[in-house]
Amino acid sequence: MTVSGWATIVLFALILTALALPLGSYMAKVYSGERVFLTPVFGWPERALYRVLRVDPEREQGWKSYAKSLLIFSLAGWLLLYLILRTQNAFYVPHGVNPLGYHSAPWNVTFNTVSSFVTNTNWQFYSGETTMSYLSQMIGLTVQNWLSAGVGIVVAVALIRGIVGRSGKSLGNFWQDLVRTILYVLAPISVIGAIVLVSQGVIQNLSTYLTAHTLTGLTQSIAMGPTASQLSIKMLGTNGGGFFNVNSAHPFENPTAFTNLFEMLLVLILPAALVFTYGRMTGNRRQGFAIYGAMMAMFLGAVVVAYIAEAHGSPAQHAAGLHTHAIAGSGGGNMEGKEQRFGIAGSALFDVVTTVTSCGAVNSAIESFTGIGGAVPFANLSASETIFGGVGTGLYSILLYVLLAVFIGGLMVGRTPEWLGKKLEAKEIKLAGLGILITPLAALFATALAVATRSGRASISELGKGPQGFSESLYAYLSQSNNNGSAFAGYTGFIQPNAGNVGSHGVTFADVLGGLVMLFARFGPILFTLAVAGALVGKRITPAGLGTMRTDNPTFVVLLIGVIILVGALTFFPALLLGPVVQGLTGHLY
Amino acid sequence: MRRDVVTSILAIVVLTVLLGLVYPLVITGVSQVAFPGNANGQKVYVNGKLVGSKIIGQAFVKPVIAKNGKPEEKEGEVVTEPDPRYFQSRPSATEGGAYNAAASTFSNRGPNDKATEKADAENIKSYLELEKPYDPGLTTAQIPVDAVNTSASNLDPEISPANARIQAHRVAAKRQLALGVVDGLVSKYTASRGLGFSGEPGVNVLELNLALDRLGAGA
Repeated sequence: MTVSGWATIVLFALILTALALPLGSYMAKVYSGERVFLTPVFGWPERALYRVLRVDPEREQGWKSYAKSLLIFSLAGWLLLYLILRTQNAFYVPHGVNPLGYHSAPWNVTFNTVSSFVTNTNWQFYSGETTMSYLSQMIGLTVQNWLSAGVGIVVAVALIRGIVGRSGKSLGNFWQDLVRTILYVLAPISVIGAIVLVSQGVIQNLSTYLTAHTLTGLTQSIAMGPTASQLSIKMLGTNGGGFFNVNSAHPFENPTAFTNLFEMLLVLILPAALVFTYGRMTGNRRQGFAIYGAMMAMFLGAVVVAYIAEAHGSPAQHAAGLHTHAIAGSGGGNMEGKEQRFGIAGSALFDVVTTVTSCGAVNSAIESFTGIGGAVPFANLSASETIFGGVGTGLYSILLYVLLAVFIGGLMVGRTPEWLGKKLEAKEIKLAGLGILITPLAALFATALAVATRSGRASISELGKGPQGFSESLYAYLSQSNNNGSAFAGYTGFIQPNAGNVGSHGVTFADVLGGLVMLFARFGPILFTLAVAGALVGKRITPAGLGTMRTDNPTFVVLLIGVIILVGALTFFPALLLGPVVQGLTGHLY
Repeated sequence: MRRDVVTSILAIVVLTVLLGLVYPLVITGVSQVAFPGNANGQKVYVNGKLVGSKIIGQAFVKPVIAKNGKPEEKEGEVVTEPDPRYFQSRPSATEGGAYNAAASTFSNRGPNDKATEKADAENIKSYLELEKPYDPGLTTAQIPVDAVNTSASNLDPEISPANARIQAHRVAAKRQLALGVVDGLVSKYTASRGLGFSGEPGVNVLELNLALDRLGAGA
């Protein structure tokens, strides 16, 4: 561990908070329909889009109507993406956007990939540079990076409206929320982000792959492509699907320590800002600060554990005789699967940033993390996106937990629980409980099925022996059910002997099970969240009395963290013991 | 219902055009005008010939020549060995030979796997075989981790300064240069931490080796 490593972590948290505060206020204005400084720029495209799409933005939608629009829109996106990916080399596709003439992947892998991108998961059984044409990456995957992020955010906004709504049934208008999210929030940051990334060395072109003649007379083929435009929205929308196979570890996708910091900020900025948006829209900014405090405390705890564990090095390194402490000119630590320019701190921090959110981007090989260092992403996923979480998803996930915490607090003091002046009754608690349970249930059932069957175990990598093989399987379904997308990348669902999909085939069990898990664990919680919003929106607000439990003070923060850890630990601890914990505690080699 | 279906179809088509064609093409256009070098991969040319990308690692190895004068092959692939006149990159395990930049991949070596220990031990052995003759005091304990562990992308363009300092002994001897000259080049091509505090200092291996070649050509 080094001073500069700790400095990176502390400065990152400070910069993030400083940027998220004003952005949160800005977004509160956007979703309240107030005028913002970008209104003169985006006002007319916004109105033009409503006309083209035949949307009446003033039409108010109840929760069922809002959910219906969301589901039909997502289904349309799913079908179009499937069509695009399956006709990658059709006769009408110009050569320039598929310069290497790649064929389409088989149906099962495509089913997985499409479900993955529509659900904001970006789990990738495929490898970008050996299977995807530039056109597929642009009009297929990049588009869903935008849209799935937008869908997540509007659900959080609808829930806030349900919480603060004073009368009636309306949660707003889905189409208006979606268009505003894309124009006023995602577009400006994504465009600026892409240009900044290119200025630091990320590539952006439509050239065919390069052939270089190296200094010692060998040839090297180098993959190219429109990377920055996809990278920017992949991080901002907490999608995480890499343009290249190794994602943000690739020098073209993350060339310097500065881009590493910048990409991490892009990931966390919207989940962090949305918490402040919530505070603003409830009319009590301290509500947002309390949730932010709970998230930041859990986040920093995870970073500290991961950094210390990775700096210590792995049992395999020590058994081979390597010395892993820092020496002059080398930071030491577990550098297996890590890039020199990021070092241990930059890799550990990136790992935590992308696993607390639903951004499955990686800049180091999670499979090669030490037992305890690897237990950190497991623990982050076990928290079901409550530590910042995905864009929108994170906020609505933690708000369901807030509801649960208020309920438990109410039971402890023996009063009917109230939240922001609204009485919580059996209906809301049942809906929130179901919403919270879907993700862990999907993860555990799918893992059990995958390790208990021969077709499931076929996906475990050759190297994944003993606990490592179990970790691979558990991580795969935990990541897919949390719509995260990062992987213990040895777990495979796609066999490709040659680049370009000729002669390739998928592993149907892993592809289909994973795809179903992603769809179920994405749209299930969304429906329950909207139902909770619908149940809350009609409730009358009663003024807070002396006995009302406050949800904006440190006591509540502690209670909230306790509830999250309790639910996560009770659900996942037995499974985690069998994989990462056993490796971290014993140091045994398998 | 009908209304939602019509709007959904219109929305997905219009947004695909805007976000999937207009957005990436505008970014491509701006990048090609404002940062053409970066946008095209920071290509490095020597005498008009493309030798690689500045930020993509490559292998500085040469084919092993068998007794019959032809390159030795094993399982259809040419066997290579490090070219001792050059600084060596980190170990790489991409398919189809080390540093295959058309197919980046993780090594996925587990922290508690015997296979990982074996790979590490083999890399330690080759490192000592290559460097120890020129740096007699070198012990296993002094080998920096990056010289033995594979990187995440397996395309890492950098090595640690400690790794470069050890290799400098060999390169100086093979090129008949003073150690101080080679060490000077290592310092020159060592990038400091990002913004002064973030990440680790690293030495760009391709740039360093190119500088060595230029030195030889000038002398």
